[in-house]
Amino acid sequence: MQQLITTVLTGLTLGMVYAAFALALVLIWRATRIVNFAQAPMAMITTYLALVLIDAGLSYWVGFAVALVSGLLLGALVERLVVRHLTGSSEINAVILTLGLFIVIHALAALVFGSRYRSFPAPFGLRGFQVGDTTIALTGFGVFTIVSVMVVMGLLVLLFRGTDLGLKMRAAAFDQEISRLLGVRVGRMLTLGWALAALVGSLSGLLIAGGGLVHPSYMDGVVVYGFVAAVLGGLESPPGAVAGGLILGLALSLVSGYVGSELVPLACLVILMAVLLVRPGGLFSHVRARRV
Amino acid sequence: MLAVEDLTAGYGPVTALDGVSFTAARGQITAVLGANGAGKTTLLRTISGLVRPSRGSVRLGEHDLTTVAAERMARLGLAHVPEGRGVITELTVEENLRLGRLVRLRRVGAGDLDRAYALFPALAQRRRQSAHVLSGGERQMLVIARALMAEPTVLLLDEPSLGLAPRIVVQIFDLLASLVADDGLTVVLVEQNARSALSIADRGVVLNLGRLVVSDTAAALAGDEQLRHAYLGF
Amino acid sequence: MATLADRVLGRTPLRRHLTLALLGLVVVVVVLESTGQFRNAQFAAMAYYGIAAGGLTILIGLNGQISLGHGAFMAIGAYTAALLLRGDEPFALPLVLLAAAGVALAAGALVGVAAARLHGPYLAGATLALAVAVPGIPVYFGEALGGEQGLTVRVPRIPDWFADAVFFVTGQDMSSSRYLAYVGWLCLIVTFVLLANLARSRVGRTWRAVRDHEVAAELAGIDLGRARVLAFVVSATCAGLAGGLLALSARIAAPSGFTLTLSLLLLSAIVLGGLGSLTGALIGAALLTFLPQLVTGWGQDLGLSDVRAAELAPLIYGLVTVLVVLFAPAGIAGGVLAARRRRAAHHGSPSARTDSEARP
Ligand SMILES: Nc1ncnc2c1ncn2[C@@H]1O[C@H](COP(=O)(O)OP(=O)(O)OP(=O)(O)O)[C@@H](O)[C@H]1O
Ligand SMILES: [Mg+2]
Repeated sequence: MQQLITTVLTGLTLGMVYAAFALALVLIWRATRIVNFAQAPMAMITTYLALVLIDAGLSYWVGFAVALVSGLLLGALVERLVVRHLTGSSEINAVILTLGLFIVIHALAALVFGSRYRSFPAPFGLRGFQVGDTTIALTGFGVFTIVSVMVVMGLLVLLFRGTDLGLKMRAAAFDQEISRLLGVRVGRMLTLGWALAALVGSLSGLLIAGGGLVHPSYMDGVVVYGFVAAVLGGLESPPGAVAGGLILGLALSLVSGYVGSELVPLACLVILMAVLLVRPGGLFSHVRARRV
Repeated sequence: MLAVEDLTAGYGPVTALDGVSFTAARGQITAVLGANGAGKTTLLRTISGLVRPSRGSVRLGEHDLTTVAAERMARLGLAHVPEGRGVITELTVEENLRLGRLVRLRRVGAGDLDRAYALFPALAQRRRQSAHVLSGGERQMLVIARALMAEPTVLLLDEPSLGLAPRIVVQIFDLLASLVADDGLTVVLVEQNARSALSIADRGVVLNLGRLVVSDTAAALAGDEQLRHAYLGF
Repeated sequence: MATLADRVLGRTPLRRHLTLALLGLVVVVVVLESTGQFRNAQFAAMAYYGIAAGGLTILIGLNGQISLGHGAFMAIGAYTAALLLRGDEPFALPLVLLAAAGVALAAGALVGVAAARLHGPYLAGATLALAVAVPGIPVYFGEALGGEQGLTVRVPRIPDWFADAVFFVTGQDMSSSRYLAYVGWLCLIVTFVLLANLARSRVGRTWRAVRDHEVAAELAGIDLGRARVLAFVVSATCAGLAGGLLALSARIAAPSGFTLTLSLLLLSAIVLGGLGSLTGALIGAALLTFLPQLVTGWGQDLGLSDVRAAELAPLIYGLVTVLVVLFAPAGIAGGVLAARRRRAAHHGSPSARTDSEARP
């Protein structure tokens, strides 16, 4: 029982991070029909920036803020300098492009920051809270993780549902030509979309790193989990991505707790294949069969 | 006044529009007629900046629109209702309408939405629903209402009657006529249905294989039996 | 010019491929005999990269399916080889390599059946998951598969007849790295002849049809699923063979040898060479093998530490991959081919000969 509670709490916390990462993938997929596999190294490199600042003696929060802002800039840069120049509609070329970026950013990070494992601080305690005389698996940092992801999601909902800017971004994502005719500067909206997605990706990079080790590959698994979470939710829907992230976090935490952490990626693969083959539109789709 | 001069455009090697000139006077409806593939849609797309012309010019009053990007047209008072599905189905009806008024400098509250709903009561009932659920006719109403939200001075309409019940077509054409009469709107109306288009238009332009065949008053075109048989099919 | 090539290389594709293979064999003997231990080992590496890249380029370029999981199939081949070479009486090398390819074939069939129903980013994501998942398996079954440390691989004794034969031709004794280089290149030549013929055959045409005109192919009675699964299986088999050779050359099969990076580098290798082209796969393999040493040297000259300088090579692969996708989607081999066609057209030759490999 104790272990089950532990597993569930860990799963929910991790699930929040996967949800954030999945959200980043969905934002970009909706707008540009690209699954940005390079999101993982992008988040990795902004986390390294934070680490450099923190190691130089600045506070965690300065590093945190700088990582988020640099994520925003990096996303905008990648869209402007690279993705925008992709011509044609070849799906394979789009995939290869983001993987090329993956390799580049990965190598750059290893070149600049080295490839050894470095520990990343956490702003809150990493010990479970004490309830009576038992310790539960929820830590101060875990609470911070959950809260910060929820705050970011809330802000995104406000942006997309409540503001004209958000409306323009959504319109640009769904129909570029109509949006242009209505005066929406589609290029800017796409840049902004990539920037916001990269910011959310950076947040998940920071949260995964907190209290653990970073090295150039530490996000490689997360891009898989984020992708699977996004697919569980149907790849198009932000709420679906969040639900998918939570479900996946729980499932993987159960596998990790009861089978073995080495098999977590394998379990993830199995879940992905099962969903794609049985419910290609995601767990929550009731209409429109989609080509996967 | 919208003036098109020697406009030439194409898609790669295909020339879809070849040296077309005409003017659409302020406060008038100009019908653009012609068979399938005549270049009507291309003409509108070139005017609104979606297609770059290889030759010629487009002027609106004293503005030269020839090289103006499509996303700036709405601010200059030009609205284009494209052929077929212009509705963004992932958004709600009201969000589609809100998109229409984004370019307007003079911001008003919900009043203009109310006006749109008054014009098209069918939309009012579905304002919070996804535009995905609208029927073909309702979608056409929505895109026209959305274009009007920007309070344009020139309205380009590409086959608004396509797939609509005659009753609705009449309703839409009546609406156009009253907008032209009351607000001095300039309308360029692309239609397959030449007879009803000419019935509300002041002037007409006939295209064939990308070239201008004739440009005259609507009455003269409707009266020219030879022309009607050759190009207008009635 | 074209007629001269026809006369030298033979008219039918099969004869041409066999003649090219023989020429290749001669080049291999000359090159391996005239270079030392270190280069021999590099050539062995080029051979296994070439085989894996060849299989992958056929899958992506010819059939239009993407796989980021070929590192996983290489791992499967490597572990198979390592297990079969363990006992006191290890299996014969050809058997070991066949088994490595065979087990990867079975795994490829399993994954391919699922993959055949996916496309584009979904397929990419699923195979990415595969690449990340497989290295965890030997860690979980540490008892049998050596855990993080991996399995060490004993290189089998060089068969006397082989050493004798080479001695007879070249007058030199055989070192074990030269032996492995020979084995690798023999495998590569055989694989490439088979792949080139497959690409030219009805099967290859079917694959291209599935890639270019899915709907038309289906209407023409092509079983899309079967074509896709077959392409995936062929390609996974190549990766398995390559993995077996890798285990021999590296003398170890360990999870750290089959990271996501390996799969990504393979992909960039074939993009650089030009998707769908076996020549391109060979160019890519050469870049994967020889570029690192070169640019690491430059990096050290610039004052970088060894470890960091070693990252220059992937940086260049990645950058060039991005540039190729953006500006020259046909790849390097494609660029050369286009230039040759232009030249041929310029010289007024009626039809520029198409390359003997798979590029349409
Ligand atoms: N995107 C495109 N690419 C290539 N050719 C096109 C494209 N759009 C239109 N064309 C060609 O340009 C010519 C004019 O097409 P256009 O759509 O302007 O005709 P239209 O008069 O609007 O016809 P319809 O009444 O059927 O809508 C046609 O020959 C058409 O095939
Ligand atoms: Mg048209």
